[in-house]
Amino acid sequence: MSDLLLPPELRYADIIKQRQNEDGSELSILNLGPTHPATHGIFQNILLMDGERIVDGEATVGYIHRAFEKIAENRPFYQITPLTDRMNYCSAPINNMGWWMTLEKALNIEVPKRVQYMRVIIMELARIADHIICNSVLGVDTGALTGFLYVFQYREKIYEIYEEICGARLTTNMGRIGGFERDWSPLAFKKIDDFLEEFPAIWSEFENLLTRNRIFMDRTIDVGPISAEKAMSYGFTGPNLRATGVDYDIRVMQPYSSYEDFEFDIPVGKSGDTYDRFCVRNGEVWESLKIIKQALAKMPEGPFHADVPDYYLPPKEDVYNTMEGLIYHFKIVMGEIPVPVTEVYHPVEGGNGELGFYLITDGSRTPFRLHFRRPCFIYYQAFNEMVQGQMLSDAIATLSSLNVIAGELDA
Amino acid sequence: MALETSVIQTKLVDKFDTIVTDFVQQHDIFAFEVDATSIIEVMQFLRDDATLRFNFLTDLCGIHYPDATPDKQFAVVYHMHNWRDNVRIRIKCFLNAENPEIDTVTSLFLGANWQERETYDFYGITFKGHPQLKRILNMDEMTSFPMRKEFPLEDGGRTDKDDRFFGRTTDNC
Repeated sequence: MSDLLLPPELRYADIIKQRQNEDGSELSILNLGPTHPATHGIFQNILLMDGERIVDGEATVGYIHRAFEKIAENRPFYQITPLTDRMNYCSAPINNMGWWMTLEKALNIEVPKRVQYMRVIIMELARIADHIICNSVLGVDTGALTGFLYVFQYREKIYEIYEEICGARLTTNMGRIGGFERDWSPLAFKKIDDFLEEFPAIWSEFENLLTRNRIFMDRTIDVGPISAEKAMSYGFTGPNLRATGVDYDIRVMQPYSSYEDFEFDIPVGKSGDTYDRFCVRNGEVWESLKIIKQALAKMPEGPFHADVPDYYLPPKEDVYNTMEGLIYHFKIVMGEIPVPVTEVYHPVEGGNGELGFYLITDGSRTPFRLHFRRPCFIYYQAFNEMVQGQMLSDAIATLSSLNVIAGELDA
Repeated sequence: MALETSVIQTKLVDKFDTIVTDFVQQHDIFAFEVDATSIIEVMQFLRDDATLRFNFLTDLCGIHYPDATPDKQFAVVYHMHNWRDNVRIRIKCFLNAENPEIDTVTSLFLGANWQERETYDFYGITFKGHPQLKRILNMDEMTSFPMRKEFPLEDGGRTDKDDRFFGRTTDNC
């Protein structure tokens, strides 16, 4: 039996004894988590420590595993969005839109340009909300609470926009097959405009607070670095990969939802350390703002959903007054929608990287198999290697800059 | 697209002959089946060949086909991505029901480690040569493999959903 299959505490007990006999050093085992405020989620790291320095570690994950893939195999297609909300709950609309786009690819539905632009706006707002959390919390973990409290107001403003669009705030369950459940109200557009007007000043103030802050730089530069080759082998994507200098972004590589219509840059870092990850996310917020502005300026007129009566619920007055409306309503609610037998993989650029949906349909009312490619789950396995030889406080900063979301990690 | 799917197919068939079969274009992804015993050689060739250059293992997951023949009950699916030419492929390896096992690809891609553990955890597919093949999301004490189709979504022993509590019995419902 391989040594690694043993529980870490048994494995480490041998190492501790061995090292004590060799040079008299006293290693110790430390449980970081599962419910430690600094881990920002429920996952445990069992660390072998030499004083304050980490010798080795093992991550124990799965504390909030909710069997989403199994549940998805037993739910009609339109009931799967609430599951995607609860993966990366910091940027739920990206997950929602990714799921609808996967389904539309499987069903061969073309959505109107206006819907695509609306989706781009909401996904970029979600990305900003995601990066606000990650970067400001990195500040908190290195001892700067002010920035966090300051920018969190603007996360609240983004949530108010969600609320105006779909009625929910955190777990949004936004959108339908082929578009949105209702058109955006003038108030929603006004809230977006207000956000675009106020937020840049706040964000640049936040950047000023930390980017050239001596303490912050000392705490983050050369902390938890990873090389580009290692990162690619570990399956890193998103801001964490771009911090190592690789400009891989699905919005550019494989544009979905009309991303090809917008001008934006991909910020990249160089050394793949905590500071670079922070800077890449900062840069991405500015690019997201640019994309939202362009999308608003170019927003075409038109319907807010595709004309697909087989899949899109008819308005209530039609359901009550017309025969067709009632039939379609009944069929959709009962899950009797025509679904071709096919396999699709659709990736979107989530807040943390490539969020992929691998859907296999067999023509029935539920997916035959739905697999989520969860970026957090894939890159978190590199964490142990990234923190070996570092101080415990560096591990906290690394963990927070990787933006590991427990909901996405455990599905 | 610089790299045509026909080139991928020709190169693979030239090198591996009948090990690689059933080439099909599914939406935007070129898919094919690989004999499970040769997965390492095929993936290494796909990664290291100068024209193919599939440098990134995007995704790895298992599938259970309960209605298929016993030698094709399980499948492991790999999604690979060539970042230079921006081409994606999907590789499927079918495994038998009694002893579903396949070689690990952790030697080629470090990121396969946890994804293979997840597949083992949920489907009971054994990855030969894996450094740490133990459960990852479920608890260690678990004995079943919950993503297999025969595993019920809800616990059959639940009493809170008993029909009797709703004034029904199995006879009069």
